[in-house]
Amino acid sequence: MERRLFLKSAMVASSVATAIGAGLLTPSAVFAQKAKFKTLSDTTKSNAASASTGSFKFKAPQIAENGAVVPMEVDASKIDNVSNISLLVHNNQTPLAASFNLSGAIGFVSVRVKMAQTSKIDALVSANGSITKVSKEVKVTIGGCGG
Amino acid sequence: MAKIKLRPKARKGIISVKALIKHPMETGLRKVRGKLVPAHHIQHMVVSHNNNVVIDADIGSAVSRDPYFKFKVPGKKGDMIELKYKDNLGKTGSKTAKSK
Repeated sequence: MERRLFLKSAMVASSVATAIGAGLLTPSAVFAQKAKFKTLSDTTKSNAASASTGSFKFKAPQIAENGAVVPMEVDASKIDNVSNISLLVHNNQTPLAASFNLSGAIGFVSVRVKMAQTSKIDALVSANGSITKVSKEVKVTIGGCGG
Repeated sequence: MAKIKLRPKARKGIISVKALIKHPMETGLRKVRGKLVPAHHIQHMVVSHNNNVVIDADIGSAVSRDPYFKFKVPGKKGDMIELKYKDNLGKTGSKTAKSK
């Protein structure tokens, strides 16, 4: 088992190394992307703190039995000119789960996210320059006993 | 390598796009037998409708494995929908589908 794991990780490592060697993937570019996402997450979080409650639908389960797959749906199709829809899971290491920049699409996004633990979730919709949010609390039960 | 399922369906002037991307979406925080599994997740996704970008999404590692998305785009039957993604290892995938 140990050997298999070693081989597997060695293979992954070597493929990454070749990618770097081929110039496909410069380490700095990867870190830059990561840092960019972190700053995006931070700005979204601060936006969420000051946003007023919006009038769109946000569907999420009250209790999620499996934190690895939590379905969520933001329906802002009644609002015109939606430019961005973001989902914030406050207790995750990086709170921002995903941010969708819409141009021409209807304000509707359905996505499945991972949750580390029970957390408050903010759905943010920005339209016509103003940001509104709807919050929900989702309980994550590990073991599935509904606790 | 990665498989993408893309199902656009037009109804009353709106195309509902369902997309399922086969992807491990490793956060880089999970451990298997004491060793960290290297991060491997989608970072960027673009959906275009008749070659016009309609959705440009930044995706975090908090999106579940084999991510499933649903969008709505104004359009009609026969319109082309294209989905492209890029992950943190620089791998890309794309799929084009004609709306039904």
